[in-house]
Amino acid sequence: MLSRTADNLFWLARYTERAGNVARGLGVASRMAAVSARLGAEVDEWRSLLTASGEDASFYRKYEAPTADSVVHWLIFDPDNASGILPCIEAARRNARAVRTALTVDMWEALNDTWNHLRALPPEAMEGEKLADFLGWVRERVTLFNGAAHDTMLRNEAWRFVHLGTMLERADNTARLLDVKHHLLTAEAEGAVDYVQWQAVLRSVSALRSYQWIYRDRLNPRRIAELMILRPELPRSLMACLAEVAETLDAIALGQGGRRGECHRLAGTLQAQLRYGRIDAIMEEGLHAFLTIMIERVAALGGEIDAFYIRH
Amino acid sequence: MGAASSVSQARIAAFDEMRAEDGIRAAYAEIDRWLRATPRERLDAKRREAELLFRRIGITFAVYGEGGDPERLIPFDIIPRIIARSEWERMALGLSQRVRALNAFLADVYGKQEILRAGRIPAALVLENEGYRAEMVGIAPPGGVFTHVAGIDMVRTGPDEFYVLEDNCRTPSGVSYMLENREAMLRLFPNLCAQHRVAPVGRYPEELLETLKAVAPARAGAEPCVVLLTPGPYNSAYYEHCFLADEMGIEVVEGADLCVDDDVVYMRTTAGPRRVDVIYRRIDDEFLDPKAFRPDSLVGVPGLMAAYRAGNVALANAPGAGIADDKAVYPYVPEMVRFYLGEEPLLANVPTYLCDRDEDRRYVLANLDKLVVKLAKGSGGYGMMIGPHATRDVREEFRARILARPGDYIAQPTLALSTCPTVVEQGIAPRHVDLRPFVLSGREIRIVPGGLTRVAIREGSLVVNSSQGGGTKDTWILEDEGPGEAGFRSQSQSSQSQSQSAAG
Repeated sequence: MLSRTADNLFWLARYTERAGNVARGLGVASRMAAVSARLGAEVDEWRSLLTASGEDASFYRKYEAPTADSVVHWLIFDPDNASGILPCIEAARRNARAVRTALTVDMWEALNDTWNHLRALPPEAMEGEKLADFLGWVRERVTLFNGAAHDTMLRNEAWRFVHLGTMLERADNTARLLDVKHHLLTAEAEGAVDYVQWQAVLRSVSALRSYQWIYRDRLNPRRIAELMILRPELPRSLMACLAEVAETLDAIALGQGGRRGECHRLAGTLQAQLRYGRIDAIMEEGLHAFLTIMIERVAALGGEIDAFYIRH
Repeated sequence: MGAASSVSQARIAAFDEMRAEDGIRAAYAEIDRWLRATPRERLDAKRREAELLFRRIGITFAVYGEGGDPERLIPFDIIPRIIARSEWERMALGLSQRVRALNAFLADVYGKQEILRAGRIPAALVLENEGYRAEMVGIAPPGGVFTHVAGIDMVRTGPDEFYVLEDNCRTPSGVSYMLENREAMLRLFPNLCAQHRVAPVGRYPEELLETLKAVAPARAGAEPCVVLLTPGPYNSAYYEHCFLADEMGIEVVEGADLCVDDDVVYMRTTAGPRRVDVIYRRIDDEFLDPKAFRPDSLVGVPGLMAAYRAGNVALANAPGAGIADDKAVYPYVPEMVRFYLGEEPLLANVPTYLCDRDEDRRYVLANLDKLVVKLAKGSGGYGMMIGPHATRDVREEFRARILARPGDYIAQPTLALSTCPTVVEQGIAPRHVDLRPFVLSGREIRIVPGGLTRVAIREGSLVVNSSQGGGTKDTWILEDEGPGEAGFRSQSQSSQSQSQSAAG
């Protein structure tokens, strides 16, 4: 496959996944903001969401403080935020348009319809009381796209680069979401606010129900961390995502007669670390330290994939 | 899209392809019944549905730098244009003949130059033309083919009068509209389609791929690597580039995806460099290779021409093919047919006056109010004057321009282009049309029956170019003269479903 095509497919998937993740995060944050206000607690949902998005430095160049309005605006429309929902969909479609031939009609239409709808939508339809509906719609569209890719793409290299992009982005997102809440997951506090916070963390990866299915017990920080980092059953856990990344890289290598590079080694190392890791050891080492390293390594893996397959 | 069209006075009665004086022409009988049976609201609803369809699939052409939506739709008219089989067959013979002559001419002017030495075409007109590429002298592409894909713009003025308005031998576009228009019609009007035996156009991409494979360097073997080279997403025909490549199952590459090493062309793939044998290029000559042509080209491939000269890669169409479609060379095409093929031309040219010739210029200047004046190098309907529609000031401006640079202008009589029924604001009305069939030349000539019909949506307008507000129609070549039975019957088969447990 053309290197540029692989690059476009990879980023098309990453941007689409990112748009969905931002929508999920915003949904949870606005719900949290409402709940914690009722509980009279000083929790800064908007600030932590902003930190999780990884674009906080550029936010502060433009806005004074992370209020509901400024963060919603920043994460949905602001053209200066490349990780906002609208810019992500724009970028995904730009990548898609550059590789129309590598996409199935269903994928293209899922994305192109989303873009056509978004650009015709007045800002009022994405704010205030409409916000929740809008965010739900974005998640639906991303799910539709992922479903279209999963259901209609030939299982060839094109599919593998799309999948690689989705999974790498998802791993990065889970690590970041967990990291901004790490302080809540280490203290063994049991207040009402903490409980709501734990729920929110799980909701942000659509895993509240999954937790109950797996542990059948009250929420507990250690288990939340275990679920999101190590459990292979949860499709958004670091383990699940990075296992997909490693397997997909292997499949690409097999398709090319075994050609491998640093990206394969790094992906294998990450996968092994998670597969044989224990949550107690991670908590002892410090959740924050562990997640910081994970975020860095996932970024490094993206760089190595680029170096080996795209810009050689 | 290239062609500038000719014009007629709005008042002159044009040939109506549907209505004869004594009633509806046979080929349009079913269309006429359909139009009379379909209420206006339904046509409007279908028109909106068509627009949605095109927007949804993303069939747009890109217009950057003019403000407004950069991705525009070309208006699609839902009433098909019908051409009877017998009419088409005569035209196809003529097209095939004409393209064979154009290729022979190209091989000759970059080879022995016999036609110039025989004095049948003025040597200076060819050799000093900016469309002539001295870099191509002495290169003999496989099969002697230079213009592998030619778009010949045809206009009609009467029952048996077809004219070639211009030839497009470089990188003619529009074929994707021919294919997508048919798809749209099948989706919007399955019944109407089934009532006619329309010659299919869907195999065009296969024919194109066969044509491209046929001109691969001998070394490439049975499965040559063919790619389509595009200037990128900002090009107005980008949709078409992707569409065609997809249909052919080949890669769409940009200049940066290719590199040349030791006169061999490679593309960068995830598995490392891969050798390329045939390039269907949709980039203009000047931008192909910064080492050979414009050094500031960012979309080209450095070293491509050297690889081409070494015979390691085929380019379709060949650089320099533009000399054959130059508007000042156009009047000599019938002469080419006689000279190379020893045949009489089957297709007529529109009489053309070259302002560079004293006698022609005198005639043109004396008849500016009757003629269409065009730039010899222009395309897209820009820089032309339709005498009967022009104001006195505009005519005087053109007079001054012609006197200043006579070599830049040609003139033709104003033709009354034929009309087809078209959905417009006021209802259904005749609008002027032209036709661009696509002629493929590899080891043999292949023509898919049909082409792109362009229609001037504005009343009285004779300019069909998409850049000037023209639209398109599906073009139906009927397999027989009347409507017939077609087998679009669906097979009925009950599907399996989860078995229900009995209640209780």
